[in-house]
Amino acid sequence: MTLTGHTSTRKMLYWGSHYLMIAAFVIFALFPLYWLLKVSVTPNDILYTEGVRMWPSRTTWDNYTFVLTQSNFPHYFMNSVIVAGTTAAVTTVIAALTGYAFSRFAFRGKVIIVALMLITQMFPLVMLIAPIFKILAPLGLTDSLTGLIIVYTAFNVPFATFLMQSFFDGIPKDLEEAAMIDGNTRFEAFRAIILPLTLPGVAATLGFVFTAAWSELLFALMLVSSESASTFPVGLLSFVSKFSVDFGQMMAAGVLALIPACLFFLLIQRYLVQGLTAGAVKG
Amino acid sequence: MTLATQTGKLPVERRGVFSKKLSGILEPYLYVSPALVLIIAVMLMPLILGLSYAFRDIRILNPFSGGFVGMAHFQTLMSDQAFLGALANTAWWTFGSLVFQFGLGLILALLLNRAFLGRGLIQALVFLPWAVPTFLSGLNWAWMFNPVVGPLPHWMTSLGLMAEPYNILSDPDLAMWGPIIANIWFGIPFFAITMLAALQSIPKELYEAASIDGATTRQQFISITLPFLAPTIAITLMLRTIWIANFADLIVVMTKGGPADSTQIVASYIFTQAFRRLDFGYASAIAAVLLVLLLAYALSVIALRRAMTHSDN
Repeated sequence: MTLTGHTSTRKMLYWGSHYLMIAAFVIFALFPLYWLLKVSVTPNDILYTEGVRMWPSRTTWDNYTFVLTQSNFPHYFMNSVIVAGTTAAVTTVIAALTGYAFSRFAFRGKVIIVALMLITQMFPLVMLIAPIFKILAPLGLTDSLTGLIIVYTAFNVPFATFLMQSFFDGIPKDLEEAAMIDGNTRFEAFRAIILPLTLPGVAATLGFVFTAAWSELLFALMLVSSESASTFPVGLLSFVSKFSVDFGQMMAAGVLALIPACLFFLLIQRYLVQGLTAGAVKG
Repeated sequence: MTLATQTGKLPVERRGVFSKKLSGILEPYLYVSPALVLIIAVMLMPLILGLSYAFRDIRILNPFSGGFVGMAHFQTLMSDQAFLGALANTAWWTFGSLVFQFGLGLILALLLNRAFLGRGLIQALVFLPWAVPTFLSGLNWAWMFNPVVGPLPHWMTSLGLMAEPYNILSDPDLAMWGPIIANIWFGIPFFAITMLAALQSIPKELYEAASIDGATTRQQFISITLPFLAPTIAITLMLRTIWIANFADLIVVMTKGGPADSTQIVASYIFTQAFRRLDFGYASAIAAVLLVLLLAYALSVIALRRAMTHSDN
């Protein structure tokens, strides 16, 4: 009796501290987002007088209406959707093809190509800012969404490839071999049988790349100079420097910028852990 | 040959053997070529071009620039106080961020590895900071450190960490903590996700066998969990060190390297030179130095690891 009593107290203590620590992590993760939301609904006249209150005495949607109807933000938003969406789609297609080849073929150049991709993950991307600007300028690809899409796609392909490969590695080879014996080409088997099985992997890759492209700041700042090609990060930063900064409006724009990235992430984060687990099992 | 075994499994007609073999050799390259072309064109060529800039005078607004200057940029660098300060700041920024990101990320992964009510939801919530665009977390954290509108200085005063609420981002001695804390917030999910994935790939039977043998939770952690995590920990720590050292966004947004260059890291200094002063030559020279330093770091870590695993055997 004493023994079970002892273990159940220990168990309660364990789970008590477990939940306490989890709560601390949740608060740490969410409080800054809560503060962002709070500032965005605080009316201007009490923004500073009630600056440190946990919740303002009055709230307003004015900041949101202003941002949505009177500012350039809807335009920046569309630019970002186009850039991040296209980058995610193109990168995922390219990474699926490459990841499939890495998973299924043994070929001579493989080691070199894998090494090449690993190297791209190691060096400072900031050092590419100047040369990429010099290369893209005469092609008319600076100050253009297409230029940004090309650059972002290249940057994201290596990691996306390794992610897709780990998903393909988790699928038995017999499946497409059976289809090929039945007279299909390998590519048909890949498209009709293997790809549908890796939909979680495709989703994870899409979400990962979308989030990365949605957030990118430094290359967008360097490569884009006009309002018409500005993405959200550039727009928001120019907002800070250009106007006598209206923080409520800026934070409202920030909350809007947060929505697509977070939606994507919430959808895919489960698959991300799954994909990395598959990779770890293999390794 | 793996190729022979692969095609050997298929019923191949004798006549088509040669062309089949050829297409078999070419096939993997067809899958790989789009990625390869893109990486070479957008990453490797600019990398080589960038290295050549380091020895040239390239300023965007000066049409007469472009000439070869040899080691001049590097000589300037040796006596550039801002650069030398940025080197020290980079080390501080990288290890300050990394230690907490890793420690807290590992703890979070261990907590999430036990089944409990609402785990799926909790996991989505604690991983959320990773999805927040970095420019936005930068702006938001800068806001929270501001004593007029942010709660943090007031809390620190109540805790006795500060005599009166003020903005640490404008204090050269403390300013670096601002971006570091924002970076910890942003980076914990990355470590938690990778560690959790590694934890979930440890075979459950090992723990069952160990607890039948009477091993305590602590013993299981030390003799099963840690050895299994070690390779993942080693590789993620190395990759993440390099990544954080290169990660300038938060600093550019929160402090622009100030006050008085106290938060300027090498990566943000490169960006400042290229973006604000449009001096691509000098920016590339700094980048080349950073590249060499990171390479030396990576190689020494790999060598150290090899030496350690050899002494184990």
